Amino acid sequence: MGAITLGHYVGLAVVLFFIGTVGVLGRKNALIVFMSIELQLNAVNLAFAAFARAHLKMDAHALVFFVIAVAAVEAAVGLAILVSIFRRRETVDLDDMTALNE
Amino acid sequence: MSVSFLWLIPFFPLLGSVVNGVIALSTSHRPHAAGRGAVSVIGCAAPILSFLVTAAAFLQLRGLPVDGRALTQSLYTWIAAGRLSVEAGFLFDPLSCAMLLFVTGIGSLIHIYSIGYMGHDRGYARYFAYLNLFTFSMVLLVLGDSLLTMFVGWEGVGLCSYLLIGFWFGDEEKAIAGNKAFIVNRIGDFGFLLGIFLIFWALTGDGKVGLGYGEIREAAHQHRFAPGLLTAACLLLFMGATGKSAQLPLYVWLPDAMAGPTPVSALIHAATMVTSGVYMVSRLSFLFIEAPVALTVVAIVGAATAFFAATIGLAQNDIKKVLAYSTVSQLGYMFLGVGVGAFSAGMFHVVTHAFFKACLFLGAGSVIHALSGEQDIRKMGGLLKRIPRTGWTFIAAWLAICGIFPFAGFFSKDEILWKVWSEPNTIIPWLPKLLWAVAFVTAGITAFYMTRLVAMVFLGRERISSEAKSHLHESPSSMTIPLILLAAGSTLIGFIGVPEFIVEGGNRFHHWLEPALAATHGGGVHVAHGAALEAALMALSLLIAVAGIAAAWHFYLRRPELPGRIAAAVPGLYRAVAGKYFVDEAYEAAVVRPIREGSRLVLWRIVDVRVIDFAVNLVGMLSRVASTFVRLVQSGYVQFYAAVILIGVAVLLWVML
Repeated sequence: MGAITLGHYVGLAVVLFFIGTVGVLGRKNALIVFMSIELQLNAVNLAFAAFARAHLKMDAHALVFFVIAVAAVEAAVGLAILVSIFRRRETVDLDDMTALNE
Repeated sequence: MSVSFLWLIPFFPLLGSVVNGVIALSTSHRPHAAGRGAVSVIGCAAPILSFLVTAAAFLQLRGLPVDGRALTQSLYTWIAAGRLSVEAGFLFDPLSCAMLLFVTGIGSLIHIYSIGYMGHDRGYARYFAYLNLFTFSMVLLVLGDSLLTMFVGWEGVGLCSYLLIGFWFGDEEKAIAGNKAFIVNRIGDFGFLLGIFLIFWALTGDGKVGLGYGEIREAAHQHRFAPGLLTAACLLLFMGATGKSAQLPLYVWLPDAMAGPTPVSALIHAATMVTSGVYMVSRLSFLFIEAPVALTVVAIVGAATAFFAATIGLAQNDIKKVLAYSTVSQLGYMFLGVGVGAFSAGMFHVVTHAFFKACLFLGAGSVIHALSGEQDIRKMGGLLKRIPRTGWTFIAAWLAICGIFPFAGFFSKDEILWKVWSEPNTIIPWLPKLLWAVAFVTAGITAFYMTRLVAMVFLGRERISSEAKSHLHESPSSMTIPLILLAAGSTLIGFIGVPEFIVEGGNRFHHWLEPALAATHGGGVHVAHGAALEAALMALSLLIAVAGIAAAWHFYLRRPELPGRIAAAVPGLYRAVAGKYFVDEAYEAAVVRPIREGSRLVLWRIVDVRVIDFAVNLVGMLSRVASTFVRLVQSGYVQFYAAVILIGVAVLLWVML
């Protein structure tokens, strides 16, 4: 076995991002979609960290922290919205939330 | 000479206006709780302080050598746009000094009078806010050192005039009178503005143009204006004056302006604002003197207005309407004076007229106040015994306007008459004699209708309704003291302009204004060979004034049944005069109704409904139709949107990489 190269990291990130994308597009449960979005974000984070390591530059780390912060906020707000929706409608199925198309 | 205190003159009234305006707004829901004492003090202190500063400036100006008699103050560069570079600045020269002294002086008296007259009104603070704002605008008009500053004041006084005519806007008729004054003034202002544009256009050379009086004067001296252009510019400026100063054909608003409170009629529509047209022509005398055609038009319009309005004044029965037509007529006199190139004579009449007409209007206000709002002179009579202070001051002003020696009107009216006779006209040689004849007859008519007014109000049999009689009282001293001061002024002010043939150097007013005005071609006041002629004409005009008074005395006191019989003998003529020659009706038919009907049928039914509304509706309809298709994309399925985003990003990446 050779050493773990940049290619391995990026490959893993691509796979994670793809899984996340399939989850976002395919699942109907809003909570699962949320988790998939987190997966996408972390895939990107992984890619950033890998490139930062490879090029020995710290800039990308700043972006990573930024993404983590935004993801935390997004999760807090999004989950609060979902709880409210669930209280009103007793469902978190995305296909039931189409009121705006009228 | 540059000084730094001139800004105080307009500043005090502006401050008073702002403070009183704030008081008026903050107490509008409980008008009787408003601090009337504070409003009175602020409202009256503002013009009085301005007057004191003006007086101080006058004393300083008098100490200067004749050639350098001008105080200036430059504030800042007001407009800088391309070739136009206007300084905001003030010019205090003998002309603006003479104007300002009586604007702030008589203005102060009228403010004080208003304390008594408006004492019971709900809009007390609002009234003083407007009145202070008017004083500010008028000071700006007079004190400004360029045409544009004058224009700001010009519009400001127009606005205040509108606000104060429609002061009791709850009464629809009064609100309409305010609108009429504003709209008619706008017609004149349009010409005024075009005149300014023309002058700007003519001055645009290589350098910057500031539209300052000094600059225009310089250009006029160097003959940089083409004659035709100069005549056009002067005529357009005079068109503004016909609106503001109520001359033919735009005088119609002034009689209706009597809907405002009486002190307003005295201040704005008799003493100050309406004379600003005369001031403007005098201020630009060096321009008008180069345009003899325009000047001749000014003289003809002035004489025609003087005669025309005086005849209407003969048959009016509202005390304020008589005075209003008298004002129009006297303004005509002033324009006749400046129109023959006798600018100082015109300005002299402005000053004396300010005293006696303010006194007459305030006296009329006192009469109306005493009679609980009655304005019909047929329901007055014998009031001299009842309200003696008002009566005797009114009589002093009456003698002044009739031109009886030694009252003020005698000197100023005679100077105009003499100038009209003696100044040659280069375009129409026989015109001076004709104009003199018209002015001479007008003097007789003036004496007649003013005597009629005095006779019907103060003398003869009492015709007062019993209800008004029970409340009959002399006005408070805040009203009678200004009256007494104005009556004293009407009696004495004429002595600042004694004709030169009586006392050498006696016409001090003329010599005072000399450095600020263009010299007349006839050689100023010194016409050596004309002394005997001048004395003869003077005696003649005194004679016709006395004749007018005697005739009216006979008609309205000795044989009061005669006027009715004469009116019955020439019913058509009487109806025409009493109906003001139906000018209002003619304007209504020729101008107002076509505009209104045209607006209704063409502008509203076709342009507004068929074009503008249609275009707006069309846009709405188009977007609605388009959106019925576009909205299908907005399905509401979040995952559909996410997929679209993904596809979009993929396409972008594919294109970019």
